[in-house]
Amino acid sequence: MRLRIAKKDTAGGYKAVLIRVGAVLVALVLSGLLMTAMGYNPISAFAAIIKGSFGSKRGLINTITVAIPLLVVALGLSISFSMRFWNIGGEGQLIMGAIFATFVAHNLPVNTPTPVYLITMAIASMIGGALFALIPGLFRAYSGTNETLFTLMLNYVAIKITVFLRLVLWKDPEAKGFPSIEAIPKIAHLPKVFGIHSGWIIALIATVLVYVFLKYTKRGYETRVVGESERTAHYAGINVRRVLISGVILSGGLVGLAGFVKLSGAAFTLSESIGGGNGFSAVIIAWLAQLNAPVMVIVALLFAAMEQGAMGMELALKIPASVADIIKGLILFTALASEFFIAYRVVIEPGPRQLQKQAQKEDQV
Amino acid sequence: MQPQNRTQPPAITMQGISKTFATVKANDQISFSVKAGEIHALLGENGSGKSTLMNILSGIYLPDSGEIDIHGERVIFRSPRDSMAQGIGMIHQHFKLVENLSALENIVAGTGHGLLLDRKAARDKVIALSEQFEMDIDPDRKIASMSVSEKQTVEILKVLYRGSQILILDEPTAVLTPQEITRLFHILHRMREIGQAVVFISHKLNEVLSLCDRVTVLRQGKTIGTVYTHQTTATELVEMMVGRAVDLAIERPAAVGSGQCLDVKNLTVKDHDGVARLNQVSFTLDHGEILGVAGLSGSGQKELCETIAGLCAPNGGSILFHDNQIIGKSPREIIRLGISMSFIPEDRLGMGLVASMDIADNIMLKDYAFHKGPFLNRKEARAKAKRIVEQLSINTPGIYHTVRKLSGGNIQKVILGREINLSPRLLITAYAVRGLDIHSSYTIYSLINEQKSKDVAVLFIGEDLDVLLELCDRILVLCNGQVTGIVNAKDVNKEQIGLMMAGETLTESEAV
Repeated sequence: MRLRIAKKDTAGGYKAVLIRVGAVLVALVLSGLLMTAMGYNPISAFAAIIKGSFGSKRGLINTITVAIPLLVVALGLSISFSMRFWNIGGEGQLIMGAIFATFVAHNLPVNTPTPVYLITMAIASMIGGALFALIPGLFRAYSGTNETLFTLMLNYVAIKITVFLRLVLWKDPEAKGFPSIEAIPKIAHLPKVFGIHSGWIIALIATVLVYVFLKYTKRGYETRVVGESERTAHYAGINVRRVLISGVILSGGLVGLAGFVKLSGAAFTLSESIGGGNGFSAVIIAWLAQLNAPVMVIVALLFAAMEQGAMGMELALKIPASVADIIKGLILFTALASEFFIAYRVVIEPGPRQLQKQAQKEDQV
Repeated sequence: MQPQNRTQPPAITMQGISKTFATVKANDQISFSVKAGEIHALLGENGSGKSTLMNILSGIYLPDSGEIDIHGERVIFRSPRDSMAQGIGMIHQHFKLVENLSALENIVAGTGHGLLLDRKAARDKVIALSEQFEMDIDPDRKIASMSVSEKQTVEILKVLYRGSQILILDEPTAVLTPQEITRLFHILHRMREIGQAVVFISHKLNEVLSLCDRVTVLRQGKTIGTVYTHQTTATELVEMMVGRAVDLAIERPAAVGSGQCLDVKNLTVKDHDGVARLNQVSFTLDHGEILGVAGLSGSGQKELCETIAGLCAPNGGSILFHDNQIIGKSPREIIRLGISMSFIPEDRLGMGLVASMDIADNIMLKDYAFHKGPFLNRKEARAKAKRIVEQLSINTPGIYHTVRKLSGGNIQKVILGREINLSPRLLITAYAVRGLDIHSSYTIYSLINEQKSKDVAVLFIGEDLDVLLELCDRILVLCNGQVTGIVNAKDVNKEQIGLMMAGETLTESEAV
């Protein structure tokens, strides 16, 4: 007996969805086994995760709050990814957005009306994120530089800039002992709607806009053509450079906006940890959602729930919250594997020995 | 015990071979037999099961059922290694040679058992072989410096060196000039004389009829029959392949155009290394005319098309479209000049289409920019896609089907349909029928003729000289980026074109 891998001719529709859901289930079973091996009861652990994330109003609000920046960053990155611009610099672009927004927050006159205050901050954050994405974008467009490493390294640049601001330039003189940046004024806080900061409205609007952009606009179409093949884009008369650069600006701008949302909605103080790994988690979210904006909403919520629920689990059962990271990793792993099973299938066929036996039998007959 | 054969057993006997992929029966009870000392053609349209059958013979696939005997002995091939051990050698369309090694090194690579190589013995053997088969190969030359035909000879030597008794050639003539083809046939004749078996896979019926002893025709995974070439005709073979009679004549309506469309003068294009890919190319193209371009692959055809279409920056010369200078202009700029030009590139999925998008989204690739406002007008594109699918009878489940999943012929029809739909004044097609079966090819020819009758100027880059001679009004021959002749298709024969492809220019009196 031997196994052979064959390409599937039709892969799509509900079967593909079933395979993907199956992948998540496999991941949960695997992490259950792992927890059992570590001496924990997986069922109660999962129950604690669900209870911690969706079980109470408090938990639910926290989950959504965590999900908002994840979603916005993933949306931004998906524009880059759909033109095969491997933007791994979400973290840095988010921080840059937050830095720009902080600068505005501390420098606008106090009597500015709140909406103007917030909108100016939002615009500033988008400019910050866009500029930071534009640097590798220009290099890629004009000299073909590899953007993956470039964007990745810029994350650390952004982090160090923040450290510099905190220690030197923007050091709050009133903070004694631990050097920190002054919190943004009350007026710069996002108002709450239904008990959650209004970043969720921004995130949902962004979802719709990104979806419409990629699917229904000419520029979105061009973006996808460039992603598929620059030669085809060139052939169709598309100005590849212009598409690449405008796409990167849009992508970085959106990620920068997440920095504003995080700052004005939840953190209120700029620090190098404001990114909190969102820029990296969002890469996974965008991919798991297959760059489909509405699906990203769900995936971002699940990721946030995992994070939020893990804390509940730690409190209730003393299971370390990092177990949730293992589960996340396993889900990513099985999800990637499921793509393989969507495109291919494994065929079991008789091996040479069986064939030989068969042939011998037939010869005897 | 099998009865003792009085005569020599056939070199290959494949019986009842079946192989199913998913739901497709690629091979369905195929029988195929080749004698020693015979050149045997394997003929069939795309998807008829030729490649599957040969992949089974070379050990790449295991058949679902069926038996293979090599020289009368039952064999089961588990891997290509097993097949090679039985003396079966396959020459693929794409050569598997290491460019910066010499011919000798390529030939002996992978044959030694010890660490050290007996270079002298290997060399002697290679030289003996190339003398025996009258091949003209210097074993010490680097592959990189060899022509396509020489590389092919090295591939054949490599297989012979390993003691192969059975040679499978997959479309070996697609890349050769007529003269090189003659040389290849000579080598194959020598092999036949010493009792080797040769399986020759080709689309070109003339070659099959002149070279081979017998032909086996496959259709839809089944053996249709095996015939002697001296007892059959091209028309009969096509009927076996397609399943019904096909008129093999290509029409050539008289060129009645409305004057000159394109005037190219001294066009020069250099690549990154400064090597001229096109050197002082000049020609004119009229409306209502098909100008064929012949030449070995890589003689500058790609650069010629792409420069005219505005995809490739030239280093000198002029291209006048009517009275507009379009040299160095981008595709968008050319359109803005009000010039309607269609280009069907060689690389269909990598350049002409967006492989992962559906038919409708691909149909709008050329004209979405003219949709009003910032949004796409999908409604219009859908209607167009539906019309094109219907008009060209594209075989697809629907207009939302991803183009990557279509067959080669249908992919080509999608591009052609889209490009013709733009009502071009100039149509450039590069290898429009490459990889297409006979039926699709003839559909494409008649579509091109239809454009000609609509006063469109057509630049037809081709590789099958028979087709070029029949379809085109004039033929431009390229060799190493230079024009070696522009001739009336009616006044030349294949040999003359072949000489020009190899670099000889026709004298003034011969060129009309």
